[in-house]
Amino acid sequence: MKMISELAEEALEKIWVFQEDHPEDPLSPEIESFDPEVIKELDDLKFIQKEEGGFKLTSEGLEEAKNVIRRHRLAEKLLHDILGLSGEDMETAACNFEHIMEGGVEESICNLLSHPDKCPHGKPIPPCDCRTHGGHGHGHGRRQCDCTAGVKTIIDKTVLPLNKMAKGQTGEIVYIKSSKRDNLQKILAMGVLPGRKIEIIQTYPSHVFQMEHTQMAVDSDIAGSIYVGSTN
Amino acid sequence: MGNKTIKSWFRGFKSDSNDSKTRNLQENSEKSKSKLKKLVLVGNPNVGKSLLFNKLTGSYVTVSNYPGTTVSIDSGKCNISGENYEIIDSPGMYSLSSITEEERISKLILLEDEPDILLHVVDAKNMERMLPLTLQLIEAKLPVVLVLNMMDEAENAGIKIDTSQLEKKLNIPVVSTAATTGQGIAQLNQKIAEYQIKDGLNVKYDEKIESAVQKISDLLQGEYPVSPRSLSLLLLQEDSDVQKLIKEKEGSNYSFIDNLLNETLSQFKQPLNYLIKMKLQKEATRLVSEVSEDIGEIKIGFREKLSRAMINPLTGIPILLAVLYFGLYRFVGGFAAGDMVDFIETEIFGEWALPLVEGFVTSSIPYEALQSLIIGDYGIFTLGITYAIAIILPIVGAFFLVFSILEDSGYLPRLALLLDRLFKKIGLSGRAIIPMVLGVGCGSMATMTTRTLETKRERNIATLLLALAIPCSAQLGVIFAVLATSSSALWLWVIVILFNYIIIGFAASKILPGSNPTFYMELPPLRVPKLSNVLRKTYTRLIWYFKELFPLFIAISVLIWGLELTGILDFIIGALNPVLSAIGLPVETAQTFILGFFRRDYGAAGLFEIQDALTGVQLLVAAVVLTLFVPCVAQFVVMIKERGKKVALAMGAFVLVYAFLVGFLLNLILSTLGVVL
Ligand SMILES: Nc1nc2c(ncn2[C@@H]2O[C@H](COP(=O)(O)OP(=O)(O)OP(=O)(O)O)[C@@H](O)[C@H]2O)c(=O)[nH]1
Ligand SMILES: [Mg+2]
Ligand SMILES: [Zn+2]
Ligand SMILES: [Zn+2]
Repeated sequence: MKMISELAEEALEKIWVFQEDHPEDPLSPEIESFDPEVIKELDDLKFIQKEEGGFKLTSEGLEEAKNVIRRHRLAEKLLHDILGLSGEDMETAACNFEHIMEGGVEESICNLLSHPDKCPHGKPIPPCDCRTHGGHGHGHGRRQCDCTAGVKTIIDKTVLPLNKMAKGQTGEIVYIKSSKRDNLQKILAMGVLPGRKIEIIQTYPSHVFQMEHTQMAVDSDIAGSIYVGSTN
Repeated sequence: MGNKTIKSWFRGFKSDSNDSKTRNLQENSEKSKSKLKKLVLVGNPNVGKSLLFNKLTGSYVTVSNYPGTTVSIDSGKCNISGENYEIIDSPGMYSLSSITEEERISKLILLEDEPDILLHVVDAKNMERMLPLTLQLIEAKLPVVLVLNMMDEAENAGIKIDTSQLEKKLNIPVVSTAATTGQGIAQLNQKIAEYQIKDGLNVKYDEKIESAVQKISDLLQGEYPVSPRSLSLLLLQEDSDVQKLIKEKEGSNYSFIDNLLNETLSQFKQPLNYLIKMKLQKEATRLVSEVSEDIGEIKIGFREKLSRAMINPLTGIPILLAVLYFGLYRFVGGFAAGDMVDFIETEIFGEWALPLVEGFVTSSIPYEALQSLIIGDYGIFTLGITYAIAIILPIVGAFFLVFSILEDSGYLPRLALLLDRLFKKIGLSGRAIIPMVLGVGCGSMATMTTRTLETKRERNIATLLLALAIPCSAQLGVIFAVLATSSSALWLWVIVILFNYIIIGFAASKILPGSNPTFYMELPPLRVPKLSNVLRKTYTRLIWYFKELFPLFIAISVLIWGLELTGILDFIIGALNPVLSAIGLPVETAQTFILGFFRRDYGAAGLFEIQDALTGVQLLVAAVVLTLFVPCVAQFVVMIKERGKKVALAMGAFVLVYAFLVGFLLNLILSTLGVVL
């Protein structure tokens, strides 16, 4: 693995974001505004290439930027979903966090969050490698995910949104998370709260679960806001 | 809603009302001084509030096994140990932060009405989930008595609760009851008679919240029926009703509160309703663990298996079809609209009652015009009484019976979850199934029940569909009977109506702004319907139905009689004729549509009477147009009340035009294809 400074990583992030917003523009004017030292580092690492009219990411640079972005957005997601941070706090913490996420940690977090595809801002999170080799992506159940042995132990403690749980699975609600205030309100009102044990009775056409002496039916939208630490 | 006062909301009306808040308040305090002591029942949906209300008052309000049965306030009187009380049943609410309109009605009772005793009814087996609301009510310094209802079910589930222990811990009266059997009602009466206000258990939140509550409470100057502490907590949870109330009462002082509020809110990373609810829940869980024991295991017995079969599409859809076939087609359509109507019409009315009345009228009333008022073609007896008793009563009665059984069994919430995905396609959530099914029984009751739907958009779509494509049971029965000879006609009718239902729902969901609703519903346990409740409910609804129907129909008879006498009727029929012939119907059907304009069930009964004069295609077209045709007057009145004049009128006009348009197209297609039914 090439060593890369934090500043350079941040620069790659900026380029990625710029390209995300301007897909038609192969050259990133952003780069011009960087510290010459950073430009030099990126150039040395062969992450950028000088072209007529500006700089362009090489395919290696693109790959590296993708990883940095992935780590940044996973970090955001983790801080937001699990620790409940948002706004500035989340951003600063994510910026520090992203640089210390080694390969394994990153995978574990991805698993813990059950392979999110969007960051809290709604920007796409580049998929993990394991997601590209089949059986993955949207809605994959955690059982199929045995990408690497190291990850596997963590998988069994995975936190899953309720709409990804299978019939018969049991678990304990760990947190409630919803971008819609209304949904949160409904879930709280029904008394679906962290600490409650649930069992999934049915998943289609609605998600039905037993919670103590009550049965509840919710649609995928609401179920997706209820995160459950499953035990089997 | 703009500047509506909270009071007008609580009354359940949306229009009129510019009445000043101060007058209301005065009225209120005068009332509480001069009037009876007021008992208010509140609590989560479907915990047995209405059943308790019935037990306490001896009267009857609807009790059904699904959340959201009661959607408005009912009040009654009762006498406990020699003292008279006014007692109020309220719609169920999950928490003080209301989501749906009927929940808000209940919250506003708490914020506006000053109950002398508040009975918080909870489901004993789910006490842990419902105690947070008790704690909130105590926090509001309301005079709470906690009623642990459904004790029978809790005991069967292996739950033991030490009531007196809980009473000590909460420091408010606690009673356990089983409203179905009447167990514990005597103790409840005693607690009510002995009631004295006490300071209940106070929940302490974390310091940041507590200091914010303190600061806000200090700023509040108005007089409120609930404690400043509780108001401050609700403000912190950004409750809009409380915000409005405080804004009104505090006047210029409000800006300080608002500033303080915003400042405080910005200090919290998580929504305060979450933090507060978590704390309340923690308290509740602690209490429950201290006073109760749950030694039962959740068993999967027959009930649970049946319940699971109902919600699994593979078995659930066949079950639904069986319910529709036997409950609706065979029982309401075949037995009631066929055999019963035949019997009453030909045997009782034809053979016996009509000749008797005719003989009496012709011999005792000398004027022909007056005779025809009673026994003429549109006479009160021939038209009104015959239609009402011989045709409408058996059909509607049968439907209400079937519907009551379904309601009490707990099937409807299961149907709701089964159909949620389909309903989402037309902008509704599965919840809407309840008003829809209720709509077959009575459109006005159903339109009122749309209150249980969350968004305005959803309520509008549901109201429109109820007005347009939900046939009433009398129509349904008559249509089953009239089209019975040709199953292809019946199927075509079903397809055309369903098609329109879907198309209009789909179009409305695309046109109306806003996003699709979400679906969440508690599934009550399946219960064996109690015969006494089923019969009482059917009876009450029938009485209600006929109270609404009889005066109107006598008025219609008189009106039409008058119109006929003056020749205006011929003029109207003449004017209708081109419209009717455009949709391929003979002039005889004019009467049906004129009647149908006032009441759907009347139109249906009219169709029943003239069926022999029509061809198969004409019957089908008439049935379709009548089904889609305007909602009845009573339903229209409720539409105005719930949705406002503008919306209701627009819907009415649309439905009228649309019904004939569909009739026209249907006739065109069938006659071009040369279909014979
Ligand atoms: N087993 C049992 N069932 C009960 C008891 N009390 C009520 N029920 C049943 O519970 C269901 C709900 O009763 P309701 O009185 O309609 O409940 P509610 O609280 O008024 O409901 P909403 O109006 O929807 O808020 C009905 O099927 C009742 O028969 C009880 O003590 N024991
Ligand atoms: Mg009720
Ligand atoms: Zn982001
Ligand atoms: Zn994976």
